Amino acid sequence: MSRSIDIQLRVNGEAVKATVPSRLNLVDFLRGDLSLTGSHVGCEHGVCGACTIIVDGNTVRGCLMLAAQANGTEITTIEGLADSGQSAALQAAFTNRNALQCGFCTPGMLASALGYIDAGGAPDRDAIRKHISGNYCRCTGYQSIVDAICDVIEEART
Amino acid sequence: MKAPDFDYLRPTSLDAALAMLAEHDGGAMPLAGGQSLMPMMNFRVASPEVLIDLADVAELRGITRDGGTVRIGAMTRYAELMADAIVLADIPLFAMALPHIAHDAIRNRGTIGGSLALADPAAEMPALMLALDAKIEVAGASGTRAIKAEDFFLGYFETTLEEDELIIAILIPAASAAQQFGFHELTQRHGDYALAGVALTCSDNTYRIAFFGVADRAVRVPALEAALGNNTEMKIALTHLGDIEFTDDPKASAATRQRLAGVALTRALEGMTS
Repeated sequence: MSRSIDIQLRVNGEAVKATVPSRLNLVDFLRGDLSLTGSHVGCEHGVCGACTIIVDGNTVRGCLMLAAQANGTEITTIEGLADSGQSAALQAAFTNRNALQCGFCTPGMLASALGYIDAGGAPDRDAIRKHISGNYCRCTGYQSIVDAICDVIEEART
Repeated sequence: MKAPDFDYLRPTSLDAALAMLAEHDGGAMPLAGGQSLMPMMNFRVASPEVLIDLADVAELRGITRDGGTVRIGAMTRYAELMADAIVLADIPLFAMALPHIAHDAIRNRGTIGGSLALADPAAEMPALMLALDAKIEVAGASGTRAIKAEDFFLGYFETTLEEDELIIAILIPAASAAQQFGFHELTQRHGDYALAGVALTCSDNTYRIAFFGVADRAVRVPALEAALGNNTEMKIALTHLGDIEFTDDPKASAATRQRLAGVALTRALEGMTS
């Protein structure tokens, strides 16, 4: 039946093989089947950004992609970013600047912010705000998040 | 919520995709980037029995220039459009407009063909097609046809696309040196759907101006275009906005939308570049 799909992919550097229901979202597969619960599920319709993950090097909404569509892809979740040290500077800056309170948005926010930093984004508050406009945070008011991202970019430049 | 159950098919050629569409006779939906279809399925606004993922259909990819026309495969993602040398050189309006379409993570998946097939009245892409005088190439059991953007959009999420047809490519005239472009949209938050937006081209004082987010589909206002072409005073030209049947909803009243459309147009004209 085409309602269960065989997939093979790499998640945080490890090969994964699974048979998934066609309707399973990628983020639910990561959380439920692989126990990678760092990616959060918020709105389930692509608005809040809490499920932002990296697929083949690009940020993607984990709730707007099916696990079936991830066949053959290379996925990095917040666990992968943290283990490899890719997000270490940003995590430290978030702590330093109090850029998180409840932490629900943080994994997605870090993935989005890394997308901006890795693309060579400038420490321009307006541009950073635009870039993270697809990630909701209901605690910080964003000011401290923008501070943290600016810090990382400026530190890398000095 | 989660999407209802469906069969997932992944054809590897256009012929196979079209055959699957025809076979399921209205019960199947093509899946392009999924950035609108997936939320619609999660909300259960859409519940196809069969989902035909077009990701592996090579014929739907690629950007080429042939003479004075740029041909963009329907499955080209927004992020690919933003990085493509041909698009940057020959369709300057895209570079102005694309950063306003949602957010990075959405632009990495969303496709030009998907947006046009959906025909969301608040989306940028249909208006860009009208302003650029684009043609939309579709294939079905009965062959291939190219439809002018003017004739493609029929209404609220409604197009001339038949159930057994797929958009395969978008044909856009390459910009000429004399052509100028403008774009502006007003949103509550960057990347949101526009309350009012406008895309325009101008060559030799001939305007093509398409508004989005204001009515049941992207719309041009011929009287307004003519007035601007005749160098009519802006205040008077803007009265022709009254020809639009403005959307009136909880986000903005019709009167607000008319005013915002005027603001967007004024700013787009001020920001025109060639």
